[in-house]
Amino acid sequence: MTLASVDPVHRSRRNSGYDVERVRADFPILSRKVHGKPLVYLDSAASAQKPRAVIDAMTRFMEEDYANIHRGVHFLSQRSTDAFEAARAKVARFLNAAKADEIVFTRNATESINLVAQSWGRKNLGPGDEIVLTELEHHANIVPWQMLRAEKGFEIRVAPIDDTGQIRLDETAKLIGPRTKLVAVSHMSNALGTILPVREIVRMARAQGAVVLVDGCQAAVHKQVDVQSLDADFYAFSGHKLYGPSGIGVLYGKYALLEAMPPYQGGGDMIDRVTFARTTFKEPPHRFEAGTPAIVEAIGLAAAIDYLADLSPVLVADHEDEVLAYATERLSAIDGLTIHGTAAEKGAIISFTMAGAHAHDIATILDQQGVAVRAGHHCAHPLMDRLGVTATARASFALYSTKAEADALVEAVGQVKRIFKL
Amino acid sequence: MNDLRDLYQEVILDHGKSPRNFGHPDGANRTAHGHNAMCGDTIDVFLTVDGDGKIEDAAFEGQGCAISVASASMMTEMLKGRTAVDAHHLFETMHALCTGHEDEADLSDLDEDTADRMQILAGVRQYPMRVKCATLAWHTMDKAMNEKAKEDMSAQEVGV
Repeated sequence: MTLASVDPVHRSRRNSGYDVERVRADFPILSRKVHGKPLVYLDSAASAQKPRAVIDAMTRFMEEDYANIHRGVHFLSQRSTDAFEAARAKVARFLNAAKADEIVFTRNATESINLVAQSWGRKNLGPGDEIVLTELEHHANIVPWQMLRAEKGFEIRVAPIDDTGQIRLDETAKLIGPRTKLVAVSHMSNALGTILPVREIVRMARAQGAVVLVDGCQAAVHKQVDVQSLDADFYAFSGHKLYGPSGIGVLYGKYALLEAMPPYQGGGDMIDRVTFARTTFKEPPHRFEAGTPAIVEAIGLAAAIDYLADLSPVLVADHEDEVLAYATERLSAIDGLTIHGTAAEKGAIISFTMAGAHAHDIATILDQQGVAVRAGHHCAHPLMDRLGVTATARASFALYSTKAEADALVEAVGQVKRIFKL
Repeated sequence: MNDLRDLYQEVILDHGKSPRNFGHPDGANRTAHGHNAMCGDTIDVFLTVDGDGKIEDAAFEGQGCAISVASASMMTEMLKGRTAVDAHHLFETMHALCTGHEDEADLSDLDEDTADRMQILAGVRQYPMRVKCATLAWHTMDKAMNEKAKEDMSAQEVGV
């Protein structure tokens, strides 16, 4: 895992320690009840809840500064454009990108990956070429490549995992060869929590001249990401998992790569000059942002990044690791419960199954205790096949999660055992 | 809060754990495959229908939660001996009960035991996200019956 050097300023406000109750007070939804019970929200890996700072920033922006961007000469258009571009710069700093123009705003990480597939992939992949994925990938990093393969006829190779849910680097090395044009890997598994050794994978890819795309949906939330240190060519994440709004995603791309890529969608704001005979396109990132983008959501994402920075990413990571370790220990002690994904490098996700109770039944019973978990295949059918299960229940922890919530999860699992007489 | 024991009644737990008519009978002449894309549950329903359109045998295979397995298991028990028209009526009744259209469900023709069992399965209506778990087997059965005109046994695909 690549950690950026810690900015001492980020430790300033709460350097006396991490006050999770104070953090929880920042999230209005956490005080609500579900089925008469206090909400225990353990589904942040699907989508995180939003702090007041994000909600307020978006509301204030709409009340005071909103207009379309890159179009008008009027006051509000300028204000709006400045705020939108400031959000881009903030995302660039968040990922330690070399410059703001390496940040493309999308709808979500899925669209970011589709953009790379349809633009970079369509131009660079063909018969005889290979790309390498892993068994851990979310459907978002599988299906776009399959769709393109159907047109372009390249080969998809899949790097296997070991029984802990970690990628097998020895096998991965064998798969990456001179025909490999792209390696597309998750930085942290959404289903198991495994953190992949992306830097090593990049090194292997680099040695063969392959480009690397990293799906950072989960990692961007739990780890400090430094795209330059990772040497990733593309890095994708979604705003809504990072305590920001839904509808905004990010694609980081090295500028030289973006510059050589054709547009993804056509429309307004991405063109230089249009005639019916010929159209020329803007430089990146605007070339890839056709039409009015998610302006308010970009402002919300910037507010979320500020919020995280203010809490200190290091303290947040320590806190999440502590809750993860505690919950893992407690769940491990339950007879008949199996945790899937036990890699040494792991983020705040616990996927589990129970002998005699299907994941959906577990989730329904937990929900009645106010405990929200995800049940299902986690958009990772191939991984479920590899694990030999059809579905798992997944508890995912966030910066507002507590050990008391882990206790509530364990208590609710006890209710599953009582109902199913396990 | 709903009482979970209304959903997970003894009969559901029993059928979920020990499904009846689980397997692929050799004589089956109507079949369909169903899946729930949201959760990955899958089911294959196998029906043996005689020349008069009466269901001689009903069975299923598949993977799913307690609700979907119990629903499939109980359905196969209810189907045996029924005509195609009766089977379709059962499907419509079950669908109406589970989706909160109890007023459209006509249970008057059903024997007491069948009506009771359908009401037990319909407890799922308190849990909207789980309704498809209970109705998957029934949709798949109805699809299998609707394909009776076909000579070949190619499985019909049902997604709910």
